[in-house]
Amino acid sequence: MPDATGLELIAQELREAEGLGEGVVLETLFFRERATLTIDPTLILPVLEQLRGKGYAFMSSLHGVDYYPHEPRLGVHYELLDMERVDRITVKLRVPSDVPEVDSVTDAWPTANHQEREVYDMFGVVFKGHPDLRRILMPEDYEGHPQRRDFPIGGEPVLFTHNESDRIGARR
Amino acid sequence: MSELSEYRKREQSITLEPLDEPLIAPVDEEESSQELLTLNMGPHHPATHGVLRLLVTLQGEVVRDIKPVIGYVHTGIEKTAEDKSYWKVIPVVERMDYLAYYFNAMAFCGAVETLLEVQVPPRAQYLRVIHMELNRIMSHLVWLGTSALDLGAISMFWYCFREREAILDLFEMSSGQRMHTRYFQVGGVIEDIPKGFTEKLRKFTKIMPTRADQYGDLLNKNEIVLQRLRGTCPLDAETLLSFGVTGPLLRAAGNPWDLRKAAPYCSYGDFDFKIPVGTVGDNYDRFAVRLAEIYESVKIIDQALEGLPEGPYITEDRKVALPPRHELATSMEALIHHFKLVTEGFRVPPGEVYHPIESPRGELGCFVRSDGSSKPARVHMRDPSFVNLQSFSRMAEGSYIADLIATLAMLDPILGGIDR
Repeated sequence: MPDATGLELIAQELREAEGLGEGVVLETLFFRERATLTIDPTLILPVLEQLRGKGYAFMSSLHGVDYYPHEPRLGVHYELLDMERVDRITVKLRVPSDVPEVDSVTDAWPTANHQEREVYDMFGVVFKGHPDLRRILMPEDYEGHPQRRDFPIGGEPVLFTHNESDRIGARR
Repeated sequence: MSELSEYRKREQSITLEPLDEPLIAPVDEEESSQELLTLNMGPHHPATHGVLRLLVTLQGEVVRDIKPVIGYVHTGIEKTAEDKSYWKVIPVVERMDYLAYYFNAMAFCGAVETLLEVQVPPRAQYLRVIHMELNRIMSHLVWLGTSALDLGAISMFWYCFREREAILDLFEMSSGQRMHTRYFQVGGVIEDIPKGFTEKLRKFTKIMPTRADQYGDLLNKNEIVLQRLRGTCPLDAETLLSFGVTGPLLRAAGNPWDLRKAAPYCSYGDFDFKIPVGTVGDNYDRFAVRLAEIYESVKIIDQALEGLPEGPYITEDRKVALPPRHELATSMEALIHHFKLVTEGFRVPPGEVYHPIESPRGELGCFVRSDGSSKPARVHMRDPSFVNLQSFSRMAEGSYIADLIATLAMLDPILGGIDR
């Protein structure tokens, strides 16, 4: 892991990098020996490319988080790994729930393909430029994004014999 | 018309006149070999090891494209986990990858322990290592048995399940359950190993290498197995890494990445073991690496048994772990702690943590976000099967459909982990 100073250095390098600018890193966090960069969601592709150049060449995980009720509400986390130095860094970004859009990183990181589809399925984050953005775990005709915090648990009625008559069109 | 035989007369057989035009147009060899056929394999195909559906595009017998369709056993475990207190999440996450339940529990407990900053006592860490490595052997045995079954070797299945049974007996002895044992707790393990466990485990570790030798002899000298595995569907380490593939699949391609060695957790650094690697990354290497891993796991278990430290098996922090049973009768404080833990559970300081470990299939990472309450705000499992499956179409493209089956077997996907 980069230590707290190392993380600040990386953040500074990102700010000074060409085409990124001062506002790229919104927050740095060193928590429980883990380094986290929160970045401007529009700059995800160049930031990941910069970090790849610094050795973080393996994307081990991409997952979504819902920060309900805080805005911007939906988060996407990218877990990067440097296999040479055995070093991890987490890149986080947050998008508002009314325009939940972020660039897809699938072209540069093929591993993100299924994982972005999962985040789209579960949280409704739209990955612009994803080659095949469909639901992956839920049925294709499913409505809503079940991992959102305001999505009720057990909201799906299950049809048994005792509640069969509730079914639309059932005549008994 | 030729004269009818006695038999045809007796049967009142009739003879049809030849048609002027054939009913089926003659097949144009050139054209038919270019035609693409999209075939639906699964979800209930025995060789898909679960409910995996593959949309396979074939040109003759050659695979041109594979689209995996998943989600048939999606049970919303991550969502369920958000509605349970931390210690009640363990049994639900265990059911994700149903062949690696100790690993699922370890990834989750590790993440929560990091958030809580709880120290796990050395004895608990060693007990965890013993159970995880037994689980790794068990998982590889199921893989070996079912994969050999896919290749037509039925007897392997029975041999592998014989040893698996011995491991499940050990699990039953230490925790009372054969699968989904709930043995790992936040801060340690639920109970110390019972009397007689060590002897039974020693007996097992003594016999397991010889059994693995037998499996190796049965398969490594089997011409059919060799022809079906050697040189089929190789994929280089660089492509595998771009797809996020880890575990035995990556090691088969020659990259010795293993979190147990690279970033030791749970006192894996104390043990002397090797990381088997392959050379070209074909199906045979994938098979050989997993078989070799069984020996290494046995070695780790032996060392952990030998050096098993004395001391508590779960953290002494009463805010996290239940007090011992005998204290409840004498100590008011213990009773209060017990009541608080059982009713509300413990609260975890707010924060986000990603905790990766090495499961039998690769990097299993658990992401936990806490908002300070007694229930996690988000639990996500980075399941290796889910990520590894993406590389499947690249492996099997351009090979025969029979090799596709062999490759899927060597990929070792667990659909419970993929769909969660």
